[in-house]
Amino acid sequence: MSMTMTQKILAAHAGLESCQAGQLIEAKLDLVLGNDVTSPVAIHALDNFKKKEVFDKDKVALVMDHFTPNKDIKSAEHCKCVREFSNDNDITNFYDVGSMGIEHALLPEKGLVVAGDCIIGADSHTCTYGAVGAFSTGVGSTDMAVGMVTGEAWFKVPSALKFVLKNKPAKWISGKDIILTIIGMIGVDGALYRSLEFAGDGIQYLSMDDRFSMSNMAIECGAKNGIFPVDDITREYLKEHGTREWKEYEADEDAPYDEVYEIDLSTLTPVVAFPHLPENTKPVKEAGDVKIDQVVIGSCTNGHISDMQIAADILKGRKVAKGVRVIVIPATQQIYLECIEKGYLRTFVEAGAVVSTPTCGPCLGGHMGILAAGERAVATTNRNFVGRMGHVDSEVYLASPAVAAASAITGKISEPADLGL
Amino acid sequence: MNAHGTVHKYGDDVDTDVIIPARYLNSSDPKELAKNCMEDIDKEFVNKVKEGDIMVAGKNFGCGSSREHAPIAIKASGIACVIAETFARIFYRNSINIGLPIIECPDAAREINAGDDVEIDFDSGKIYDRTTGKEYQGQSFPPFIQEIIKSEGLVNYINNKKL
Ligand code: SF4
Repeated sequence: MSMTMTQKILAAHAGLESCQAGQLIEAKLDLVLGNDVTSPVAIHALDNFKKKEVFDKDKVALVMDHFTPNKDIKSAEHCKCVREFSNDNDITNFYDVGSMGIEHALLPEKGLVVAGDCIIGADSHTCTYGAVGAFSTGVGSTDMAVGMVTGEAWFKVPSALKFVLKNKPAKWISGKDIILTIIGMIGVDGALYRSLEFAGDGIQYLSMDDRFSMSNMAIECGAKNGIFPVDDITREYLKEHGTREWKEYEADEDAPYDEVYEIDLSTLTPVVAFPHLPENTKPVKEAGDVKIDQVVIGSCTNGHISDMQIAADILKGRKVAKGVRVIVIPATQQIYLECIEKGYLRTFVEAGAVVSTPTCGPCLGGHMGILAAGERAVATTNRNFVGRMGHVDSEVYLASPAVAAASAITGKISEPADLGL
Repeated sequence: MNAHGTVHKYGDDVDTDVIIPARYLNSSDPKELAKNCMEDIDKEFVNKVKEGDIMVAGKNFGCGSSREHAPIAIKASGIACVIAETFARIFYRNSINIGLPIIECPDAAREINAGDDVEIDFDSGKIYDRTTGKEYQGQSFPPFIQEIIKSEGLVNYINNKKL
């Protein structure tokens, strides 16, 4: 029976020769992830189990990132709960202030997720690791608790949509523009229960960071996961970061896809998603005169080193527009350090931006840049739901780091071309 | 297993933020959560809902954040089953994991009205609207999922089967 790449990984982890869409399986997990918001709920759920020990202390990752460094007493209590659990269970991969970063940027960097893995995380953007050729998906806290104890999870095997990416994208087009374009095409429930599988010669032009932002946002069109084939770019990344052997899976030539879409990357222009759904995408050229109050460059979608580099290239020697607050958040300690070494921090500060320690912060309206009523932000984050970054009457426009940085300079939604770049 | 009750009806893309707003997530006590269930789209829900009632909604029900507090709040408010055109997938599995029966049935989701008297047979997936006299065939649960729901959720299921 021919299978998609996702189906092959699931079958292998369920100990099956093959599996097909709709089938219910129980699969072995290579990693179970939780953060400072979802882990306390899972840890409390463990009280109801007959067995309370984790299945493998090396295969649980607990990352304190949402409200860390703790913004208030409640978030401090949550982190304390996870810290104590990690100590008691001798969890190898517990990341606290000083070693942390945003979970979905941190795990690949630490080599904890590799091609061929089957991963669950109690965070909806766990789908990010499809970028390295793993099956990974977001779940709730009960699934996380069960995963921690048994090392297994149940899945309904998904069918898939195939996106064939063709040709080379233009200079300022990033993975973010591609995935926003896709979400605009198929809508916020366009891939419900299904996989996105990327293919085509255009992939060779996408950096790992581009792929991370694309897989990351698979959930924004309802997908279970969004996966890339493994190529030399992936292999190089895994070698550089890897601590484990990886396994490469390939979709069969005649794999069943519900739908196949072709996207000519060379025709894409920078896009922006208007409030209040990621599907409300428009070319920046057609955005009109949208004045902004804040710019956020960071998050698990676009807080990577190449995102920082793009922002620095655009901000260098320029000044942030009067009245616009620009917040740059490198996603991990390692990225932060590289920003220092490469001089990006100086560039950001000289341009009039602030730089924060790694945290989710404003992405979920947590802290470090909350919007007041009526305010507008251009953000490189992944959700622009009502009230996502603060007041219910504030607005979030989703875009790439290049568009965010250009908008920071002009004070309205803009693209690099508007600066003559 | 069966459900029989009065329908509370909502539209498309009901997200987990309106099912249980983030400001109430400092509690994980089902009864506490139930007190504020749906309040940002239907302030009256918590006063109207009776044990055994049924919730009916449009497409992509439960989209957004992975918070499990959402199905917990719905279940604790007394709702016996949610029928929708489609469910967002994390909500779908969270509901099963905590033992809240949910059924996908686009026709029923569109045609059943608020206040209708509706009966559901979980084993067959049949939905019967006593008010209009119409019958619908919803997706029935595969045995594996039925077992989880009958165990009142994944934790009990795992305790009984695996530990
Ligand atoms: S950066 Fe935003 S989307 Fe990513 S994990 Fe943090 S809160 Fe979630």
